[in-house]
Amino acid sequence: MIRGLGRRVISGVSRLGHATFFLARLMPALGAALTRMRLIVQQLYMTGVLTLVIVVVSGAFVGMILALQGYNTLVRYDAQSSLGLLVALSLTRELGPVLTALLFAGRAGSALTAEIGLMKATEQLAGMEMMAVDPLSRVVAPRFWAGWAAVPLLAMIFSAVGVIGAYIVAVGDLGLDGGVFWSQMQSGVSVSNDIMGGLVKSVVFGFVVSWIAVFEGYDAKPTSEGVSRATTRTVVSSSLAILGLDFIMTAFMLRGL
Amino acid sequence: MDRPTSTEPLVAVRDLAFYRDDRPIFEGLNLTVAKGSVTAIMGGSGSGKTTLLSLIGGRLLPIRGTVTVAGEVVGALSRKALFALRRRMGMLFQSSALLTDLDVYENVAFPMREHTRLPETLIHDLVLMKLEMVGLRGARALFPAELSGGMSRRVALARAIALDPMMVMYDEPFTGLDPISMGVIVKLIRELNDALGMTSIIVTHDVAEACTIADYIYLLGNGRVIAEGTPADMKKTDAPEVRQFMGGLPDGPVAFHYPASRYLDDLLMANQS
Amino acid sequence: MQAKSMEFTVGLFVVAGLLALAMLALKVGNIHALNLGGTYAVTADFNDIGSLKTKAPVTVAGVRVGHVAHITVDPTTYQAVVTLDLLKKYRFPRDSSASIETAGLLGEQYVSLSPGGSRHYLKNGGKIRITQSAIILEKIISQLLYSKAGHSSGHS
Ligand SMILES: Nc1ncnc2c1ncn2[C@@H]1O[C@H](COP(=O)(O)OP(=O)(O)O)[C@@H](O)[C@H]1O
Ligand SMILES: [Mg+2]
Repeated sequence: MIRGLGRRVISGVSRLGHATFFLARLMPALGAALTRMRLIVQQLYMTGVLTLVIVVVSGAFVGMILALQGYNTLVRYDAQSSLGLLVALSLTRELGPVLTALLFAGRAGSALTAEIGLMKATEQLAGMEMMAVDPLSRVVAPRFWAGWAAVPLLAMIFSAVGVIGAYIVAVGDLGLDGGVFWSQMQSGVSVSNDIMGGLVKSVVFGFVVSWIAVFEGYDAKPTSEGVSRATTRTVVSSSLAILGLDFIMTAFMLRGL
Repeated sequence: MDRPTSTEPLVAVRDLAFYRDDRPIFEGLNLTVAKGSVTAIMGGSGSGKTTLLSLIGGRLLPIRGTVTVAGEVVGALSRKALFALRRRMGMLFQSSALLTDLDVYENVAFPMREHTRLPETLIHDLVLMKLEMVGLRGARALFPAELSGGMSRRVALARAIALDPMMVMYDEPFTGLDPISMGVIVKLIRELNDALGMTSIIVTHDVAEACTIADYIYLLGNGRVIAEGTPADMKKTDAPEVRQFMGGLPDGPVAFHYPASRYLDDLLMANQS
Repeated sequence: MQAKSMEFTVGLFVVAGLLALAMLALKVGNIHALNLGGTYAVTADFNDIGSLKTKAPVTVAGVRVGHVAHITVDPTTYQAVVTLDLLKKYRFPRDSSASIETAGLLGEQYVSLSPGGSRHYLKNGGKIRITQSAIILEKIISQLLYSKAGHSSGHS
């Protein structure tokens, strides 16, 4: 079992090396792709806009649940006036960036991998190469940029919708005072720490998830089985990477960056 | 069937060797494609026909020997020069390889949009002209998923000739088509070749079609050319390999079996272990 | 036409993301409290700052007017030197005093300013002379216990 674990670690590390080489090869294509915003906009539609619904719905529910749960705990210490603060800190620092990135990996990341993998399996990428078109800059780079940009935007929307959901529950249902809800939040949430910290996290997550998704797609075995395995790998590795990086970044941010 | 083709070579393969995981696919392959000709490269499945096209297109690099296209050694080109050369070659993949997120019109327009700065009206006219040539002007708004096998191959052909290349490579263009579509493709390849002054390389294992369309035929086997000649020569010859392939005989010099140890030994081994 | 409507939708998406960020900055966090309009720094020396941390609020009459920027130790007097960043829109007399207080019994510590009566105001780089250190619960309790012990021994 120990040997099995060791082998997994070694293969995981060599896969990371492989992905890093891929990223280095992708670099020049990333620059070239920036001159073709139309392709990026198109991919932003495919990845961002189509993930928007699930992000808004999840954000609203998470905000409402936080309000209910938080109220239940705070009311024991007669501290329900801090409910807004509790909800806002949880959302902006942790839940917004992390849950959005996880949702994005499941909804858009897997789709990116499957799409690129299928293009490879059906010789579309080889076809482009023979038409003297570089698939890295025509296919991979725009998807990478769009995925990277979409995650922070979605995370901000998630947190904002969550706060509104919590407000509706707290003021409408639990009968808290709206003014207290906002003022407690404002006095305790720091823009430079909490909100910018959350934004930084979501930018990192966007980069990592998009990187994993396009790498797995481009590296997939060009068969139906290969593509389906690659899709699974995208979701699993992205989720692990998101949680692991979140732990590291949170540790750094709490100690003062 | 005598057609005037120049003897000047457009593609020359010299002493080519290529391996896949230590397994030789080619070993000392030599062949020449004359400018303006339709050349058929034949061989059984797995004989390396698709691999040969990839070598000519520079997607794979030979271990030994050279591939020369239009006077340039493909393996020695910089990426930029290689891409410039590829713009002058069209390739029709076995699976058509149409871009599934674009409709027929945009698929044909794709190489023009990528490589030229032509105004939209001119692209429009050119695309319709190419589609008219393959008889699919009416299908311009369809998506690849809505096309039959024969239609997608014709769209891919229109795309392959979008930039008026000097040559087109066809990978198994006749496989999996009904007789009518097959006839259409055969006719198209010949007509486009002659009308546009192109050179065509057809990779196939369909003997009858190759014989009707080709000016010259190469037969591959065991990593090299085992026979070559005009269709008439090939039919006349009495070399056993050629007779076997042209006649479609199941066994002969070209073995039906993939190389293996003796069947009996294999069975005994399995019983022992 | 189709491409246009797609571009429009993507544009809306980006605007929504930026609006969400703006809402988080303005309504959830308090970007005004940060340093829009700028801050000026003054220092105050304390004998004991308790558990005061950087970024803790500075208040006057309970209203936040700035935050603690740095905390260091003066190498000669061994007093804690606390730098306060105060919002430029507020001015305080030079003889104002600063004290470290605790929100609630066990809450976070913050700096409370009590304005004096001088006609001269604190400027950037200025110093608050009158300070009151943090009240440390353990010290008070132990002092109380010792003095009690001292009294009882004196009587016997
Ligand atoms: N990507 C690949 N990796 C390893 N082996 C391959 C690959 N592609 C083709 N081969 C092998 O190379 C040989 C020639 O393949 P190919 O050129 O596709 O043959 P053909 O087109 O004549 O049917 C086959 O034995 C095939 O198994
Ligand atoms: Mg083949």
